[in-house]
Amino acid sequence: MNKDTNFKRYLKLDLLPTPWCPGCGNGIVLKTICQAFDELNLPKNGTVVVSGIGCAGRSAGYFDLDSVHTAHGRAIPVAEGIKYANDALNVVVISGDGDLLGIGGNHLLHAIRRNTNITVICYANEIYGMTGGQVSPTTPHGTKTLTTPNGNQDQPADVQSLFKHHNCYYARTTAYHLNHMKKCIMEALEFKGFSFVEARTMCIVNNGRRLGYKNSNEMLLHYKEFYKVNDYAEELAQNEIGIIKSVVETGFKPVSTD
Amino acid sequence: MKDRLPGGISIMKQLLTGNEAAAEAAIQAGCRYYYGYPITPQNELINYMSTRMPEVGGAFIQAESEIAAISMVHGSAAAGGRAMTSSSSPGISLKQEGISYLAGSELPCVIVNIQRGGPGLGDISASQADYFQAVKGGGHGDYHTIVLAPCSVQEMADLVYDAFDLADKYRNPVIILGDAQVGQLMEPVEFHKKPKKNLPAKSWALTGAEGRKKNVIKSFYPVKGQLEEFNAHLQRKYRTIEEHEVRYEAINIHKADVILVAYGTSARICKEVVKKSQQYKFKVGMVRPVTLWPFPKEIIRKVSERVECILTVEMSAGQMVEDVKLAVEGRCPVHFYGRTGGGVPTSLEIIRKIVEIVPDNRAANTLLQLAAVK
Ligand SMILES: Cc1ncc(C[n+]2csc(CCOP(=O)(O)OP(=O)(O)O)c2C)c(N)n1
Ligand code: SF4
Repeated sequence: MNKDTNFKRYLKLDLLPTPWCPGCGNGIVLKTICQAFDELNLPKNGTVVVSGIGCAGRSAGYFDLDSVHTAHGRAIPVAEGIKYANDALNVVVISGDGDLLGIGGNHLLHAIRRNTNITVICYANEIYGMTGGQVSPTTPHGTKTLTTPNGNQDQPADVQSLFKHHNCYYARTTAYHLNHMKKCIMEALEFKGFSFVEARTMCIVNNGRRLGYKNSNEMLLHYKEFYKVNDYAEELAQNEIGIIKSVVETGFKPVSTD
Repeated sequence: MKDRLPGGISIMKQLLTGNEAAAEAAIQAGCRYYYGYPITPQNELINYMSTRMPEVGGAFIQAESEIAAISMVHGSAAAGGRAMTSSSSPGISLKQEGISYLAGSELPCVIVNIQRGGPGLGDISASQADYFQAVKGGGHGDYHTIVLAPCSVQEMADLVYDAFDLADKYRNPVIILGDAQVGQLMEPVEFHKKPKKNLPAKSWALTGAEGRKKNVIKSFYPVKGQLEEFNAHLQRKYRTIEEHEVRYEAINIHKADVILVAYGTSARICKEVVKKSQQYKFKVGMVRPVTLWPFPKEIIRKVSERVECILTVEMSAGQMVEDVKLAVEGRCPVHFYGRTGGGVPTSLEIIRKIVEIVPDNRAANTLLQLAAVK
């Protein structure tokens, strides 16, 4: 392995290919997570992955790292339990937006409050992919899905607002902005306290096609055109991606594991 | 007749999955409040409801979790509406708290469980491993839900329709216990307009207390003695249900040497074995419980008095077989054949099991012949 392929040491290469559909954005995020691990040189025996349920949640099985596959929505409290039991571990939660923000939303709220020193990477594809394409907590208003045949009547969750008044780390990025995504994940992993990366990514099969995208590349190009990078801002506008840190402003001290 | 096609097929018949038939039957039964959450293999139900409920002016919500969905059912039922939720095994586990409260608050509602393999995430193929959970009361406390087990798409429609009446009649949650096969199978189904039953008025519902004593929906009885009194009332109600609502299908029980007991998808396969055996000397009959609670104890006790033995077939490691044994009370041997983890018993497997459990080779001679018949 050379510098460019060194990230592969974090993957169970013999299990590839992944179960994801051709054109799915999940593989991009999975690879970027491994690159971030590699750049920080995270020890394999000190890093564990916790997954929820969904297409995104299947990620955990492809890491060459110890992992727990939890019940739908429960990844965060399980990850907290691991951290409480063994503080020396880097605990990384990887799951989808339905899992983390829908059924698991209450747990997210309280992990933020506790500022538990774990990292959550959310594959935010605006849909319940695995179950065929039902509305998710991040589906935009008006979008047609399997369970919103007349368009989504509800507003999507404003995830960053959950973090605003807490001393946690929040970043939003996309599957198009690879370097930005890697940076967001690396900073999240280094952050002492609760960190959350919302990685917008495409579900071409159970969402993109219904929205009229011909292929997932078109979805990627949409990310390119729509989103502007605005790191370390107070707040991200709808069309912005970036890192928000409220630690300095609040004056709270993050939980330290040193 | 005008509404019949050649061959007697009704033009009113639609080709639907069991999940869709359950949804349509609920609508036709007057259900106007449906709260769901996606999970395979019941997604066709929630997807269907999302289109159909707005058409009839009802409420459809994809909740943030199964717990939210059952709690919304709690609310709509308390307000006097016909409310339903559906899920599959892992999601039904989450609903147990709500079901216990609904039973304890005596609220009518319908809960559909399209069972998949467990424990935990298991897999998405058909299973019958939630029998204990459904029949013994999966939540806390001394309660029962009425449990109906369809084995075809038509029966799914019929039972969902009846479930709402039973729920209202007894002020009790009713569970439809299906499985991935019954839920996802496509069959022709007809929605019969049923006469309106004379059901008790919902004078207990939250409609506004102006001019009457306020209605309180609760399951909390903190004063000493009150809870025991309330539980005695519940138990009396359950005895009434046991007395009046048992349903089953009995096939060839009078001539049978061996009786199969099975429900849902397992029963469909057992039926094949029963059918095949009719041309031979050694005969197999069957009791198919339609209500799993109340359990058809009486008929099973009766057949146990004269058959060689009973074989219970389930897609589980052996759950209903315990109730069969309780009904038989040792009058004849009760055997079990089961598959788990998405395995569905085949008729050949069942025949082999019968050969194994019948003492001499009377069964073997005819049944092995039978097995050869495709
Ligand atoms: C308790 C429970 N309810 C429902 C499900 C079914 N289920 C599996 S994955 C999933 C949603 C996945 O959506 P998301 O988290 O957005 O991930 P994606 O598949 O889009 O990556 C659901 C509802 C389940 N496994 N367990
Ligand atoms: S359904 Fe969507 S999220 Fe799931 S693997 Fe396919 S493209 Fe990816």
